[in-house]
Amino acid sequence: MSELLINDISMRFDLPNGTSIQALKNVSLDIKTGELLSVLGPSGCGKTTLLNIVAGFLAPSEGSIVLNDKVVLGPGAERGMVFQQGALFEWMSVRENVSFGPDMKGISRKESSENVEHLLDVVGLQDFKEKAVYELSGGMQQRVALARCLANDPDVILMDEPLGALDALTREKMQSLVLDLWKETGKTIILITHSVEEALLLGERLLVMAPRPGRVHKEYRLPFADLGVGNDLREVKKHPDYSNTREEILEMIWNMEEEIMGRTDESA
Amino acid sequence: MTGLLVLALYLGVFFGAKVILSRLFSGAFAPRGFNKIKTVTFGDESAVNGNRMASVISVLTIFWIWVAFTNSVIPLPKMPGPFAGETSFTYTATQEDGTTDDATVSILVYREDIQLTVDEAGVAGKQPEVPEVDAGDGFAKNDTLTAARYGFEVINVWKNDEVSKKEGSRITAINGQTIEPGGSVKTSAGRIGLTDKGTPTFAPSPGLRMPRLYLPAPEIVMDRFLRLNAEGYQGFTLWEHTWTSLRRVLIGFVLGALIGIPIGYAMGLTNWSRGWFDPIVEFMRPVPPLALIPLMIIWFGIGEQSKVILLFLAALWIMIIAARSGVSGVAITKVHAAYSLGASKWQILRKVIVPNSLPEIFTGARVAMGVCWGTVVAAELVAAEVGLGKMIVAASRFQLTDIVIIGIILIGIIGFLIDVGVRALETWLVPWKGKV
Ligand SMILES: Nc1ncnc2c1ncn2[C@@H]1O[C@H](COP(=O)(O)OP(=O)(O)O)[C@@H](O)[C@H]1O
Ligand SMILES: [Mg+2]
Repeated sequence: MSELLINDISMRFDLPNGTSIQALKNVSLDIKTGELLSVLGPSGCGKTTLLNIVAGFLAPSEGSIVLNDKVVLGPGAERGMVFQQGALFEWMSVRENVSFGPDMKGISRKESSENVEHLLDVVGLQDFKEKAVYELSGGMQQRVALARCLANDPDVILMDEPLGALDALTREKMQSLVLDLWKETGKTIILITHSVEEALLLGERLLVMAPRPGRVHKEYRLPFADLGVGNDLREVKKHPDYSNTREEILEMIWNMEEEIMGRTDESA
Repeated sequence: MTGLLVLALYLGVFFGAKVILSRLFSGAFAPRGFNKIKTVTFGDESAVNGNRMASVISVLTIFWIWVAFTNSVIPLPKMPGPFAGETSFTYTATQEDGTTDDATVSILVYREDIQLTVDEAGVAGKQPEVPEVDAGDGFAKNDTLTAARYGFEVINVWKNDEVSKKEGSRITAINGQTIEPGGSVKTSAGRIGLTDKGTPTFAPSPGLRMPRLYLPAPEIVMDRFLRLNAEGYQGFTLWEHTWTSLRRVLIGFVLGALIGIPIGYAMGLTNWSRGWFDPIVEFMRPVPPLALIPLMIIWFGIGEQSKVILLFLAALWIMIIAARSGVSGVAITKVHAAYSLGASKWQILRKVIVPNSLPEIFTGARVAMGVCWGTVVAAELVAAEVGLGKMIVAASRFQLTDIVIIGIILIGIIGFLIDVGVRALETWLVPWKGKV
């Protein structure tokens, strides 16, 4: 049973000038296997920090991360990452990038090739597998990143604004792809975004975070991710609950932003 | 003076060729390809691509100036040459009692480099004999002498006169023009003067061309090159001189890279190494390798060891710094991604950090090779038995300017080829450079 527990995480950054930033305060979450969790919040509310703690790149000031009854102490292959951009290896072909994880584990190319080819098919890059990654468009590069992550067969996939650098059309296609992959693989996914629409469409469970200190503000259980699997996402957006929830969340984030602006104005 | 003339000529061709050629070949000067549809090109660096004609004319102009200011046989317009051939002047000697007498001085001006020339039969040229002249009448007798082009002769006209300088004979006129000690008279052949003590001098007109000693004509350099190729210089063939210099650079650079790159990686990866090497690197980086030459000679003599160690040191700091900044240039997301894909530290080093730092390392290698090439020549100038620098400095001691020029041209060509080679290697090994 792969369950991800985020136990009362707090994170304080001590700055060289003596002050400190409380990036996260008492964040607790219990993420079930196969759950698709999207995390939304104004920028600076600690989303990336939270994900980096789960990934094991940062040690929290307080609290702990437990995956499959094991405390997370550093990065590991059971937690795959998909970054916004720039995390592919330019010196490798598309296929070499995808088979990086198996290669590192010492699995022979022969053994891994079936899975790698399958993933290249799934993300639609079969025809581009011998190309260098810098020859691909941004959307294709993110598909390579997805395939590379999946090739390693992680228990949890962590995505930090994976579609943030893409244009609107490509982004929509990629959202469908993420949903399809989620359904097909049954992986636990945590997806950070600052697009409300994306959070709604891709979040079976949606977490709105508030800043200063970063904390969980509100949680939603949403039907749209399930509706979206294999379907046109534009149809999903016509669902009456969709626009209501969207308005509610937009309002919420708007108020948070207002509050931040107000505070900075005062301090200035 | 000549320098200003060269500059004026050069600028004249620069602007003149542009004006004339853009009239004649307006098509070749029009923007091409995508630049055709750009309305803004001034300030848009991407719209600037070197004019081919300009490059060709630029090289030809240098060649022409070389020809024009030397006594070249190449049939191109040339500056007025130095005087050569026969000339004469008359001097008027006056005795203390006022009696005067005229006498002629015949001068044969010969090529200053006559001994370096070879005729069709292969016989080296000889300084000409002093021509015989009739002594003439009066107390002042006719004189005769030979003078080299660009030379300067002090003429003891009294040596055959009946009344010597000591006995009160003074020169009072040249070619009928009155002259005082320290004065001079110009003729088409040169300048006749009197020293402060009243002795005539003759300086054949040098024209505007350089004597061979300063700047040999292109064909002389070419001829010397062919001979160097066949005979070598100071016991070593031209190829041996060249290859020795190049080999020193290659060995020094490879050693510097082999040791410098791992140190640079260590500095980029561990606190201890960063702290350990930082003071040394920061201290040695600004020391020009040339400043180390004397110490290297004191410690290791003038042989191969001293050269290779010098070049090793020249390359070392550059490669350390290149590798270190190569590591710091690795995007942290790539390292994170690799860790999340299960890579070990060793695998991260091999599969992520090393390839990612290759562009920086190649940039460093280009700089290091350039510095090493400059340093080896300088080190050989100071002390060496063989090498291009040694060839140049030895030739300059014997005033063999043509060999000096050949050496400089070879050094330039090889330096250029080294850079082209490293760049080609770079495009082959780091095809992603600048595309990310
Ligand atoms: N390494 C760090 N050092 C200091 N402060 C940091 C560091 N990383 C993040 N922060 C601060 O923590 C807060 C949360 O940052 P982040 O997690 O990147 O927010 P988000 O991803 O939601 O935009 C911000 O105020 C940011 O300035
Ligand atoms: Mg972020």
